[in-house]
Amino acid sequence: MRIPQSEKELTFWERIYFPEVFRGLAITAKHFVVNMIRHTLRLLGFKNVPKGAVTYQYPEEIRPISTRLRTMHRLARRADGSPRCVACMMCETVCPASCIYIVAGEHPDPNIEKVPIRFDIDLGKCIFCGYCVEACPEDAIRMDTGIYNFAAYTREGMVLTLEELLAHEPAPYVSVPTQDKAPDPGPLAKSQPVSAPASA
Amino acid sequence: MALDILIVFLKAVFIVLTVLTFGAILTWVERKQSAVMQDRIGANRAQILGLRMIGLFHILSDAIKMFTKEEFTPERADKFIHMLAPMLSLFFALVTFTAIPFGNVLRLGGKEINLQVAGLNASVLFVFAIVSLGVYGVVLGGWASENNYSFLGGLRASAQMISYEVTIGVAIIGALLIYNTLDLQEMVRYQGHMYLGWIPRWGIVLQPLGFLLFLVAGIAETKRVPFDLPEGESEIVGYWVEYSSMRWGMYMFTDFIEMVLLAAMTTTLFLGGWQIPWLAADGFHFPWGMAIGLPHVVVALLQVGAFFLKVVFLLWFQMLIRWTLPRVRYDQLMRIGWRYLLPLSLANVVVTAAVLLLIG
Ligand code: SF4
Ligand code: SF4
Repeated sequence: MRIPQSEKELTFWERIYFPEVFRGLAITAKHFVVNMIRHTLRLLGFKNVPKGAVTYQYPEEIRPISTRLRTMHRLARRADGSPRCVACMMCETVCPASCIYIVAGEHPDPNIEKVPIRFDIDLGKCIFCGYCVEACPEDAIRMDTGIYNFAAYTREGMVLTLEELLAHEPAPYVSVPTQDKAPDPGPLAKSQPVSAPASA
Repeated sequence: MALDILIVFLKAVFIVLTVLTFGAILTWVERKQSAVMQDRIGANRAQILGLRMIGLFHILSDAIKMFTKEEFTPERADKFIHMLAPMLSLFFALVTFTAIPFGNVLRLGGKEINLQVAGLNASVLFVFAIVSLGVYGVVLGGWASENNYSFLGGLRASAQMISYEVTIGVAIIGALLIYNTLDLQEMVRYQGHMYLGWIPRWGIVLQPLGFLLFLVAGIAETKRVPFDLPEGESEIVGYWVEYSSMRWGMYMFTDFIEMVLLAAMTTTLFLGGWQIPWLAADGFHFPWGMAIGLPHVVVALLQVGAFFLKVVFLLWFQMLIRWTLPRVRYDQLMRIGWRYLLPLSLANVVVTAAVLLLIG
């Protein structure tokens, strides 16, 4: 049986390897030289030279996060400050990790049936799938706090309580109403188009 | 007499310290150069009192880490050989530097100092003899660990090193035929002349193929990417799987020393050693007729500097190769070695010999 050829045939010059090796070396050497020049110029104080590295030095330099990034949960509040959640248990039901625990209570306002008196999310179990946000009929649970560097020394420390959830604010970027320009496709989008498989 | 011994001792100390420093700095270069090539920053967190020195302290922290880690010897291993093997590797790699000329004869107060630790008249043979012994460190290390995987790794490593030693040996024969000597210092002197008054008579001009073959086979000898099958740091179980702490560090250090050795040998054989184009014993004589007179000591120091500059360039180039190419497969390794490099180097010898015979 002939195995379908998914890669293109190598030409003679590619098969003898050496010219291609030097081509590759030229590419990496170019990166080295360009980056070295940029590093040096920036060190000498030319601040408008592009950076020589794409690294974010994490604790000191925070990487800009996408507006769609699913981060730590919060519970939205009504105008009077009470939770918007009506304790319908949708999120608890849909959660694939079973990490939400809700205890419902009576709401003083007769127009609103219920209110959570307890709302725990165990972030140690949460897989950040965002299903809870999708399922919520009240748009009460959201994952837009922009907080992602939570860690604790105990399992209990990973549990978010109702008070904590209500206290969180949305991350500032959420206030941007619409994106008026196309998002930056990133450096990968500029790479060469994937060549169509050669008809074998 | 005592003075002579002192001079030899000082030269030996100088070269050993230089080479060890090169080796240590290479651990830093490896991290930083790869980072710069890949648009990263690289290790820069080690600091003393808030001073980071672009990551240079990582050399120090590495050393502290290696010396304080648990030194593990497998229960059934041959304890003595297990300890001896890495030392052998490192020792043989270091000893070769005694034969490498890093400068011309330096005249100081009526004394003539040959800037080469041991002025052997067959220094090429010495270097290659010692380098071949380095394979013992590897194979013994793999064997003494009493671990089937490291044993196989040791065999793999020795097969690779021996295969490529053949090519290395044959690849330089063309150069040896031209230089007509086995003394490395004499070879460098030979490369000091000019063709047409301006082309330096370096080995790379006379033996471009020999240079290429030597470099490729030499990289295979140092057991680094793309020929790092014996070690394969994180993916392949190699001969050093049972090694830890500084014993492992010695093996790793040997790799870096071998890199320096390859750079130094390539420089000596093919890049004119300590020669600087158009620099004669009394100063520069440029082909366009300009001349700059220089005192003897300055010339000698310039030449030593030129030697180390060339070595640094070749080290950079080896690092470039190491961080560009993917690893070859074992069958490819053997095919490259025996079916391409060896016949090519043999052809190189035949053609060189024929041309020399015709020219007379
Ligand atoms: S993000 Fe997914 S796993 Fe986490 S609480 Fe919501 S539904 Fe559960
Ligand atoms: S789905 Fe929304 S309203 Fe229902 S319990 Fe969850 S957060 Fe509250």
